[in-house]
Amino acid sequence: MAERVYLDHASAAPWHPAALAAFEQSARALPGDPSRRHAAGRAARDLLESARAAIAAELGGAPERLAFTSGGTEAIFLAVCGAMAANRTRSQRVVSCAVEHSTVLAAAEASGAQHEVVGVDPLGRVDLDAVEKALGAGAALLNVQHANHEVGALQPLGEIARLCRRHDVLLHVDACQTVGRLPIRLDQIDADFISASGAKFGGGRGIGALAWSPRARFRPLFSGDEREHRRRSGLENLPGAAAMAEALLQLAPARPGGPAAAEAARCDALRRRLRRQIADSIADVEIHGPEDGSAPHIVALSALYVDGETLVGELDRMGFEVHSGSSCATTSGEPSHVLVAMGALTHGHVRASLGPEVLERHIDEFAAALSEAVSRLRARLGPRLDL
Amino acid sequence: MDSPASTVVDALGKACPIPVIELARAMERVAVGEDVVVLADDPGAKVDIPVWCRMKRQELVGVEANESGWRFIVRRVS
Repeated sequence: MAERVYLDHASAAPWHPAALAAFEQSARALPGDPSRRHAAGRAARDLLESARAAIAAELGGAPERLAFTSGGTEAIFLAVCGAMAANRTRSQRVVSCAVEHSTVLAAAEASGAQHEVVGVDPLGRVDLDAVEKALGAGAALLNVQHANHEVGALQPLGEIARLCRRHDVLLHVDACQTVGRLPIRLDQIDADFISASGAKFGGGRGIGALAWSPRARFRPLFSGDEREHRRRSGLENLPGAAAMAEALLQLAPARPGGPAAAEAARCDALRRRLRRQIADSIADVEIHGPEDGSAPHIVALSALYVDGETLVGELDRMGFEVHSGSSCATTSGEPSHVLVAMGALTHGHVRASLGPEVLERHIDEFAAALSEAVSRLRARLGPRLDL
Repeated sequence: MDSPASTVVDALGKACPIPVIELARAMERVAVGEDVVVLADDPGAKVDIPVWCRMKRQELVGVEANESGWRFIVRRVS
């Protein structure tokens, strides 16, 4: 069978080799409960706290203000539902950007607070005037992602944080697409919550983290013990925490010229190359998100007259694994709320997301396969649509 | 608000991209200055028909919501 090219790192990235080694090592060697006082418990506690300190340092926070979760979804719910449940002094309103991950929008709805959604421009960037207006009307929490998961657009977090400070609103940044890839720090952007997922950057599955600022107040989603500073009950996923920390230590996204910075620069060059190849080889296509100011690993497009799910199937048959947010490809049958908010073509959508093992020749092969697949699907429609 | 001679595309019950394909086919058959009316209820069409007009530089004259979905009036201008 021909080599397959995995272009779905934004859904689930392969394990970083050092993370997998750390996972195996701690799973084998450290069976103890970190809350117990025996030697096995103390050894587990030591590793858990060193993992916590490493991740907190990378996210610009403090170890006592970082809780491990089962992944990005739980981190997001903990921030959003937890902050709204603890809010006594602010307005009972939560504001979200329209292109947030469905988990963020679902958490805001589940919080029971009044939920206001603010729009974006055609490239997926939040409308700052609309944010200012929404915060001015009173709010407790603003949800804005660092980078969009479907089109890659980076949000202007510095300006957004200033608006939050001016209106005394907590800022939750869903950084699931960028932690491990780009620098993202609570202290630098002056945010209140950063939610992170291990699965998106090679830090392993079933592990995530929420880091928070000294200002932030929130309640746990469920309570049964005193673990994680009473923020998150249940025996800690020590191998997961060790893996996520090890991947972040290896990648060091905050270090200029570090491995993550080099990989981001490499991916960004491939991203631009692929965008150019798509624009040059496929007619009637919209390439989503900004050319500049994008996460380095995401390329998304919509091809006119083509069904996204069928296109994903064609590409899969040709050896390329990509995702589609087009309505026919989702179980709900609803078009992608991200593309709808941007006013972008919702059908014929595919997203390719890059990672360390994706090379320039894979990008060139993918661009050729995409052009061929789109042409083939359009040919099935009968005479060429010429208008 | 459409002219009486306009072509009607009934894409009710059809999911995108079919309503957009049927609009494109119908637009090939009308003369410059004439309208095509598209009836569609797929939520994707609400976005995709205006996008098609933008991509193809044709004029979206109007969109009306009704109980069965939307009624789009598209004028061929080139």
